[in-house]
Amino acid sequence: MIQNLDKHFNFLQTALKARASRQELLGANLANADTPNYKAVDVDFRQALQNALAGAQHGAHMQLTHRRHLDGAQGGFLDADVKYRNPTQPAIDGNTVDAEEEMARFSENGLHYQALLTFTTGRIRTLQQALSNN
Amino acid sequence: MSIMGVFQIAGSAMTAQSMRLNVVASNLANVDSATSSTGQPYKARQVVFQATPVNGLNGPAQGVRVSQIVEDPSPPRMLYAPDNPLADEKGYVQMPNVSVVEEMANMISASRSYQTNADMMNTAKTLMLRTLALGQ
Repeated sequence: MIQNLDKHFNFLQTALKARASRQELLGANLANADTPNYKAVDVDFRQALQNALAGAQHGAHMQLTHRRHLDGAQGGFLDADVKYRNPTQPAIDGNTVDAEEEMARFSENGLHYQALLTFTTGRIRTLQQALSNN
Repeated sequence: MSIMGVFQIAGSAMTAQSMRLNVVASNLANVDSATSSTGQPYKARQVVFQATPVNGLNGPAQGVRVSQIVEDPSPPRMLYAPDNPLADEKGYVQMPNVSVVEEMANMISASRSYQTNADMMNTAKTLMLRTLALGQ
């Protein structure tokens, strides 16, 4: 069982990392709402999560030739996952950020992140209960 | 720690927006400054925002910075005031090319953006605190 702990949390961990990275992307969109020529970016979350899970399972890790080297799988998205958003009403200065839409997605993504945290807490509680002797 | 990245990004945007607000304040304060240290009437200034990678982040998410502050090249407003010592031979004084209406709109836009970024920081803080309380 104890060897399976890693697997047990793998999905939640990867999903949390992916949600956090997406939160950062959406935050960057909002921060750049007034930057000329900035193009709003986002990920297809389903695809990005599948890629991240595949990477975590099949060991898409970098080769480490020194004990202090960092593993490449630090979470976050592959460059290929990040796409420009189709603008609904682009501004004349080339900016494609729709602040309301980005705000909605930012809040939604935050909520999903919190939901994942709740699920993770549930799993930890279950394990703790199994480990306790009463 | 991607959630920490939100702090950095929102922080960079808040700095940029407050610089924009500063420039607006300078423009509005000098709306009647017919002369300055250069002897010329005050010229309206505008900030130029640029998307820029922030410290410690190497992903696709970018922060904001003010890349430069440009002076408005439009001609000065001509005011007929023959009794003013700065008036030319026809009695006109060159006044700053500040458009008060434009600056007010700019000010509202800057303060709204600042608020959005402050909200964003708050959300990131909540998420971070809940992450720290994981398993409790």
